[in-house]
Amino acid sequence: MKPSAFDYHAPRSLGETLEILAGAGPHGKVLAGGQSLIPLLNMRLAAPSHLVDINRVAALDTVSVEEGGVRVGALARHAAVERSSSVARAQPLLRAALKLVAHPVIRNRGTVVGSLVHADPSAELPAVLTVLDGSVRLARHAGPVREVPAAAFFTGPLESAVEPGELAVSAFFPSLPPRTGSAFCEVARRHGDYAMAGAAAVVSLDEDLRIASARVACVSVGPVPVLLDVSEVCAHRPAASVDWAAVARDVRDRIDPEGDIHATAAYRRHLTGVLAERALRIAAQEAADERAEETSHG
Amino acid sequence: MTTKLFGERVQRREDLRLITGQGRYVDDLGNGALAAAFVRSPHAHARIRDIDVSAALDVDGLVAIYTWEDLPERVRDPLPLLIPHPALTHGRTAYPLAREIVRHVGEPVVMVVARDRYLAEDAAALIEVDYEFLKPVVGIEEAAQGAHLVHQDVPGNAGAHLVQEVPSPQGLGAGEAIDAAPHVLSFRLDFERSASMPLEGRGVYARWDADDRSLRVFSSTQTSTSVRMAIASKLGLPLPSVEVIAPDVGGGFGVKIVHPWPEEVLVPWAAMLLGQEVKWIEDRREHFISSAHERGQVQHVRVGFDDQGHVLGLDVTILHDHGAYTPYGIIVPIITATQLLGPYRIGAYRVEFTSIYTNTVQVTPYRGAGRPQGVFCMERTMDRIAAHLGLDRTEVRAANFIQPDQFPYDQGLIFQDGRPLIYDSGDYPESLRMIKELIGWDGFAALKAEAEARGRRLGIGIGCYVEGTGVGPYEGGHVQVTSDGRVHVSTGLTSQGQGHETVFAQIAATELGVPLDKVSVVTGDTRRFGYAVGTFASRAAVMSGNAIALACRKVRDKALRIAADALEADPRDLEIEDGVVHVVGNPGASIPLGTVAVLSNPLRYAFDEETKRATQFSGVASMDRPPVDEGEEPGLEGRDYFSPVRSTFASGMHAAIVETDPDTAEIRILRYAVVHDCGRLINPMIVEGQIHGGVAQGVGGALYERMVYDGHGQLLNASFMDFLMPYATEVPYIETAHLETPSPLNPLGIKGAGEAGVIPVSAVIASAIEDAEGITIDRMPISPSDLHELRALAAS
Repeated sequence: MKPSAFDYHAPRSLGETLEILAGAGPHGKVLAGGQSLIPLLNMRLAAPSHLVDINRVAALDTVSVEEGGVRVGALARHAAVERSSSVARAQPLLRAALKLVAHPVIRNRGTVVGSLVHADPSAELPAVLTVLDGSVRLARHAGPVREVPAAAFFTGPLESAVEPGELAVSAFFPSLPPRTGSAFCEVARRHGDYAMAGAAAVVSLDEDLRIASARVACVSVGPVPVLLDVSEVCAHRPAASVDWAAVARDVRDRIDPEGDIHATAAYRRHLTGVLAERALRIAAQEAADERAEETSHG
Repeated sequence: MTTKLFGERVQRREDLRLITGQGRYVDDLGNGALAAAFVRSPHAHARIRDIDVSAALDVDGLVAIYTWEDLPERVRDPLPLLIPHPALTHGRTAYPLAREIVRHVGEPVVMVVARDRYLAEDAAALIEVDYEFLKPVVGIEEAAQGAHLVHQDVPGNAGAHLVQEVPSPQGLGAGEAIDAAPHVLSFRLDFERSASMPLEGRGVYARWDADDRSLRVFSSTQTSTSVRMAIASKLGLPLPSVEVIAPDVGGGFGVKIVHPWPEEVLVPWAAMLLGQEVKWIEDRREHFISSAHERGQVQHVRVGFDDQGHVLGLDVTILHDHGAYTPYGIIVPIITATQLLGPYRIGAYRVEFTSIYTNTVQVTPYRGAGRPQGVFCMERTMDRIAAHLGLDRTEVRAANFIQPDQFPYDQGLIFQDGRPLIYDSGDYPESLRMIKELIGWDGFAALKAEAEARGRRLGIGIGCYVEGTGVGPYEGGHVQVTSDGRVHVSTGLTSQGQGHETVFAQIAATELGVPLDKVSVVTGDTRRFGYAVGTFASRAAVMSGNAIALACRKVRDKALRIAADALEADPRDLEIEDGVVHVVGNPGASIPLGTVAVLSNPLRYAFDEETKRATQFSGVASMDRPPVDEGEEPGLEGRDYFSPVRSTFASGMHAAIVETDPDTAEIRILRYAVVHDCGRLINPMIVEGQIHGGVAQGVGGALYERMVYDGHGQLLNASFMDFLMPYATEVPYIETAHLETPSPLNPLGIKGAGEAGVIPVSAVIASAIEDAEGITIDRMPISPSDLHELRALAAS
């Protein structure tokens, strides 16, 4: 388990990084946290001839709360985003999901953007980006910057819209609108494993506390995070009188999971229904609580 | 300050070294050595048509490439069949490098030696092996049908077949006893494969000294003495010219008792041939596909019993999957078949096993070594009887227990060491009382009902076992006291983290009356102790512990004789305390043990102040006797061996409370309790540590670990991504209580403790899940997905 030979690059600036990536083209691979890439290299499942280590590009190590959301730079570690209280205020779903990403030592090293670019459909962050309608910013040497929305970013299992020569420089996670709650529920075989099934939910209430919109992004049930809008099944009712069993049924009917050595397709379908329902109910409760808080402060 | 340390919770002396990165494992040695890598078969069953190494020859830094054709006589022979058993009529072992046929994915085909491991792997990747595919034989029952063969000369893929039968006291055979019983049940049980999976894989590092034609080998092994003999034999070297050292070893759990591994022969051979140091360190994928697995069995059970649940007859037929080769014989199914009866005295017993070849990694003992399967069988049977009769599960067990006044108890079977299976001591009713109290068995029904009212689903389970530990043939100990008063203990068996440095030192300190910090312990180094068997079968404390105690007693006797001379006292009036020999009741009349050591070795030459006392003009020697008396030897040292007439039998009972999620089918262990009896405890803390580790592995076997082979014989989960071992987060807090029924078979009264924790866990968890769900559990491990499918099946 030793990687095959590669040229190692350690650029100091974004410009230099992009130049090297442009030169390497399809033979280049970006090393950020390395939590997925290094095992792939060691098992010789990936054998890039150029490894571009961006860990010295300080300009990419940023987490900022901007107008309308959170922008996370390519070098920001999971742990930094998870621990940031301003991020948690601006977009609580990030912290909720990051707690479920692997283990603390991996989160100390792994990066949010790296996880998105790795595009594992079982991972939490692609589902979060998807349910929030976030986006990823891609840059290339002597070319335009592209802002790719989540719906277009994940193109298949372990495949994203990042093209040879491009670097994902940041990701943007929009904040939630008012009277909106979110939640992430998953079941993994062991603590910190990729989930057998999971759901990131966002629920918005109207002025009368009826469900205006309800969406879930489901993990491990398709080649990319599967986004389902279940607003219609919630039938514009208050959370307490929604037919949640019908919502779970609807989710199960609309997904087409595959079985693997950890879970049969039938179990995964069942479990996704359970978890989507749990996440939606928590999100709806949170939206209602937020509304209550608003009222009490108002 | 007391020197009575036996039985104390002494902190592990090896831990500071091991947990601060100061351990010395094989890969910490030989940084300048050449590296070996192996081309391994990607196919489960194939004929090698051609091996083309030409592309690899261009790799800069390549030193050598070897195939089977390149190996000399003896080295090229099949590896030894370590434990021949008359029932193993078709034993087969692998060649160190495949000759013509490969029989499992991972079998070594080509050895590459290069300047470093990176280059060795580069070269290995460029070697092209042309294979002709043969039909892979996968799945124990498919293999048993024998439509396709793993070895062409082994019909039915059956390596071994063994029947043992014990008639009832009335002389009935098991079949008759069952037929005559008021109640009869028959069912099938399945137990999947797992593996030892030590943190450190295997590894070998060899140094050949061309000047004095000697070989030094470091191996991550559970038996350095036997590896040494195997290497000397394979390489045609005189035994004294070969040294084998097991340095710090990062876990063994059974897989490293197998030897010599192909690499343990090939790496030293290459080092000799090349005249350079060579090292090979196994990586995790190699460990998955080319070391050893265990556990996989299918069992068919027929049991007859009366209204009280007394087992009148039991008939068990076992299909055991031993993989592609049988280097370690049929120890695993023998143990399953013989230890299955546990703490019970039943009517008639018949057990039959067939040990089957498949195109998968070989099966050799893993902690528990066949017992988890046997205990699963017996304990599932007890639960089925209880369910059938509507009795409490513990009542049925109690009805069948061997009683304390029935020891020694002869089960009428022949054990793994070829000796009669006679339990030496135990107290099973007391053990049951303790475990029921610890887990709160009698109050559980109320707890369960209360949880149910709140929508939660709880279940309680129990499992009992008896474990033959401390099997022979022997171990030895050597104890030397040097003139500085230090005590140097060595024994030949190896350590893999068990805490031998601590417990052997406790024994020596207690026997000799010296402080613990004066005692050092060396294990597994043939330079220090050449005669040993190895570390397996929960035998180290029993075998080496007693041998060291006996050696210490020799040293003590000698020390008292010499001190008596020096103090002009009767040896019977002397005692040793805190490293000083003194006359009882007269603390002034004393002599330090270090000085006794000086006096024990009459000298011509003084090289420091201390040794002046032992020279010929010091005036201490009697002029009437030779300086070394007849029958004596110079030096304050002693060597002794312990060889018991048969194994000693430890026992225990576990109980657990689990919760299953009605929606997600997740399974959570809420409480886990252990009552454990390994005779006299040398160090309760270390025993508890052993139990904790064992239970953790048991939880893995019960809820997480499987070796998933597809129909082509590919292992689908050969990495830690997909072979799920429990993390600390999956292992419950473990409550323990000790019972001590001393063994009459050894001077210290101890029994083995190393494997105990793992043995009943699958049985206990199955019992608890069954109680929670009301669904029969007849195969382990069980995952949430499995439980979901079982629920769906039960509902339909």
